[in-house]
Amino acid sequence: MIETLWFVLLAAMLAVYVILDGFDLGAGMVHLFAARTDAERRQVLASIGPVWDGNEVWLLAAGGTLYFAFPDLYASSFSGFYLPLMMVLWLLILRGIAIEFRNHIESPVWTPLWDVVFAGASTLLAVFFGAALGNVIRGVPLDDRREFFLPLWTDFTPGGEVGILDWYTVPVGLLTAAALLLHGALWVQLKTTGPVHDRAAAIANPAAAIAAVLTAAVTVLTFAVQPQLAANLAAHPWGALLPLIAVGGLIGVALLRADERGRFLSSCFYLGGMLSSAAFGLFPNVLPGVGGAASLTVYNAAAPAHGLRIGLFWWIPGVLIAIAYAFFLYGKFSGKVLDPKPDQ
Amino acid sequence: MDALTLHRLHFALTATFHYIFPQITMGLALLIVVLKTLALRTGDPLYDSGARFWARIFGVTFALGVVTGIPMEFQFGTNWSRFSRAAGGVIGQTLAMEGVYSFFLESTFLGLLLYGENKLGRIGHWLAAVAVFAGSWLSGFFIIATDAWMQHPVGHRIGPNGEILLDSIAALLTNEWAWWQYAHNMVGAVITGAFLMASIGAFYLLSGRDEAHGRAFVRIGVTAAFAASLLAALTGDGQGKLVAEHQPATLAAMEALFETREGAPMAILGQPDPERRRLDNPFTIPGMLSFATWRRWEAEVKGLDRFPRDQWPDNIPLLYYSFHIMVGLGTIFLAVGALASIQLWRGRLYRSKPLLWVLMLMLPFPLIANTAGWTTAELGRQPWLIYGLMRTADGASMNVSSGNALFSLIGFMGLYLLLGVLYLFLIWREIDHGPRGVHA
Repeated sequence: MIETLWFVLLAAMLAVYVILDGFDLGAGMVHLFAARTDAERRQVLASIGPVWDGNEVWLLAAGGTLYFAFPDLYASSFSGFYLPLMMVLWLLILRGIAIEFRNHIESPVWTPLWDVVFAGASTLLAVFFGAALGNVIRGVPLDDRREFFLPLWTDFTPGGEVGILDWYTVPVGLLTAAALLLHGALWVQLKTTGPVHDRAAAIANPAAAIAAVLTAAVTVLTFAVQPQLAANLAAHPWGALLPLIAVGGLIGVALLRADERGRFLSSCFYLGGMLSSAAFGLFPNVLPGVGGAASLTVYNAAAPAHGLRIGLFWWIPGVLIAIAYAFFLYGKFSGKVLDPKPDQ
Repeated sequence: MDALTLHRLHFALTATFHYIFPQITMGLALLIVVLKTLALRTGDPLYDSGARFWARIFGVTFALGVVTGIPMEFQFGTNWSRFSRAAGGVIGQTLAMEGVYSFFLESTFLGLLLYGENKLGRIGHWLAAVAVFAGSWLSGFFIIATDAWMQHPVGHRIGPNGEILLDSIAALLTNEWAWWQYAHNMVGAVITGAFLMASIGAFYLLSGRDEAHGRAFVRIGVTAAFAASLLAALTGDGQGKLVAEHQPATLAAMEALFETREGAPMAILGQPDPERRRLDNPFTIPGMLSFATWRRWEAEVKGLDRFPRDQWPDNIPLLYYSFHIMVGLGTIFLAVGALASIQLWRGRLYRSKPLLWVLMLMLPFPLIANTAGWTTAELGRQPWLIYGLMRTADGASMNVSSGNALFSLIGFMGLYLLLGVLYLFLIWREIDHGPRGVHA
C-alpha cells in the first residue's frame, strides 16, 4: 500500500517537473523563432530567468525520491540507460550555462551563440525526455540480476529489437517536443508583449494541431506495445478520466484563444492528463520487462516499508514548503515581463 | 583500464570539479550576509555595492555548481548501480532531503537575491541573502550526512538476505561523524570564500583602483580567513580522533605508519614506500602522532602491520600526500591569517605591499586544500565504499562496460575544460569591471 502511495507521489513530482520545466524547455524551443532581436530575446529569457532553476529542482528532488523509494528502479534504469543519460546531463549543463551566461556580455557574437545553444539543447532535451518515457512504457530486456544495457538505436522495424531510439520511442519523443513547444509558446505569450507575444501565439496554433495528431497516433501505438494499459482500463474504468483530462486540456487550448491564462492552464491540464494516463497504464509495473523478462514493479522495486514510512514524515512538510516558495516566487514575478533588461 | 578504475575516476573527476564551485558559494554566502548586515547597520552604500559585486560572482559560480551537481546525483545510478541497489533505501533519504529542503530554498531566493533588490526592499533583500546562505549550508549538511554514513554507517540494520535497511533517520542525521565532518568542511568553505575576498581586495589595492572596496574586502576576508583557519585546526583535530577510533588503518596509511609503535612520530616530510613498508627520507616529530591522536606522548598507535593487506587503503602514497598537503596548507593559512590580522589591527595592512601580494596569491590554495581534504576522506575510506559493509569493487555498475565509462569520462573532461575556461573568463570580467555601479 505504501509502495503505491510513493508511486503516486513520485509520478506527481515528475508531472510537476514536466509542467514547470516544460514551459522553460518550450520557451527555449520557441526562443529563436518568437524573438528575433536582442531585446526580444531578453524578454523570453526574463520570462523564465527567476524560475527556471527552481523548476529544474523538481527533477532533482524527484530523482532523490526515486532513489530512496525505489532503489532498484533507480539502479536498473540509470545504469541501463547509461549513454542517453550522459547525453541528457551534457545537454542540461549546456542549457543551464547558456541561460546564465548569455546576458553577461553584450556582443553580436556572444549572445547569438548562447541563444542557439539554449534553443538546441532545449529541443533535444524535450525529445530525449519523451524517448525516455517511451522506453519506460515499452519496457526493457531485464536480466535475472535486474540489469540491462540498451543500444542507442536499432533498425526501427516495428516490433523488432528494442533500442533507446526505435519505432515506438521516437514518436513519443516527437510528441513530447510538440507538446512542450505548445506549452512554451503559451507561456511566452502569457508573459510577454509586442512582437514576441504575437509570434509565440502564432507558433502555438500549429503546435497544438501537431500535438493533437501525435497524441492520437502515440495512443494507438502505446496500446499496441504495452498490453498492461488495456488491462488496467478494463479492471479500473475510472482510469479513463485521466486521458479525458488530457483531451479536455487540448480542447481548452483550442477554444480559449482570447484567454491567455486559461490557455496556458489548459496546456498544464493536457500535460498532467497525459502523464497520469501513462502512470496509470504502467501500474503496477515501474519498468516492464520485454521478451519474457520479469518486470520491476511497485512492489519488488520499492525500499522496505519502514524506510518508506520514515520518508513520509519529512517529505510531506518539505514538499509543502517547496510549493509555498513556488507560490511566493511566481507571485513576485507575476504579470508580463516589463523591463527586458534585468537589473543585475 | 578496467571498468572499476574508470568508474572511480569518473566520480573523482566530476566530484572534484563540481566541488570547486560549492565551496566558493558556501563561503561567499556567509560573507554576503556579513556585507548585507554591515550595509543595514551602517547605511554605508559601499557595503551594498560590495554585496552586489559578490552576488554577481556568486551567481556565476552558483550556476556552475548547479550544472555540475546534477551529474553527481545521476552517477550514483549510472556508474554505481550495485551500490545504489544495496544502499539507496538509506542514503537516498538524505540525498532526497537535500533536494526537497535546500535546493528549493536556494533556487527560490537566489533569483530574488540577484534580480529582486528593487522589489524586496532592504530588509527583504537581506532576508533573501540569509535564505540563500541557509539553503547552501543545509545542502552541504545533507551531502556530508550522506558521506558520513558511508564513512561511519549508523542507523541501519542488515536484513535476512544481507540487504541494508534503514532503521533510524535520526541516527543518520545525528551521526557524530557527520557533525565533525560538516564543521570541518564548512570552515574549509569559509576559508576558500574568505581568501577569495581578501585576494580580490588585495588585487584592487595593489592595482590602485576601487580602494575603498579593496580595503573592505581585505578587512572582511582576512578576519574571516583567520577565524576559519583556527576553527579548521580545531575541527580537523576532532575529525582526526574519529578516524583514529573508527578507521585505524586509514590513520596509519595517512601517516604512512607501517609499524605499530608507542610514541609514534608525526611525519612532516617523507615519501611512503608501500612495497618496502617504510617512509623514505623521513623528517618526523617524535611522539607527536601519539600525542595528537590520544593526548599522550607514549600512547600506542596502530600501524598498517595490524591490518591484513586487503584492508589497507589501496593508494597509500596519494592518501599520504593529500593529507599532508591539506595539513600543510592549513598551517600556512593560519600563519598568513594571523600575520595579516595583526597588521590589520595595527593599521598597516593596506600599505604593506609584500603582505598584499601574499594575500592576492593565496587565491588557488584553499581550493587545493579542500580538494586534498576530500581526497584524504574518500581515499582513506578505501577499500570500502561503505566502511565495513561494502567494498568499492562491489559497488560499480557491471552492465556499463569500460568503453562506455571511458566515453563519458572523456566527454566530461572536454565539457568541464570548456566550463572552466568560460568560468575564469566571466569571473575575470566581473573583477575587472569592479564593484562600482551597475552593468548588464
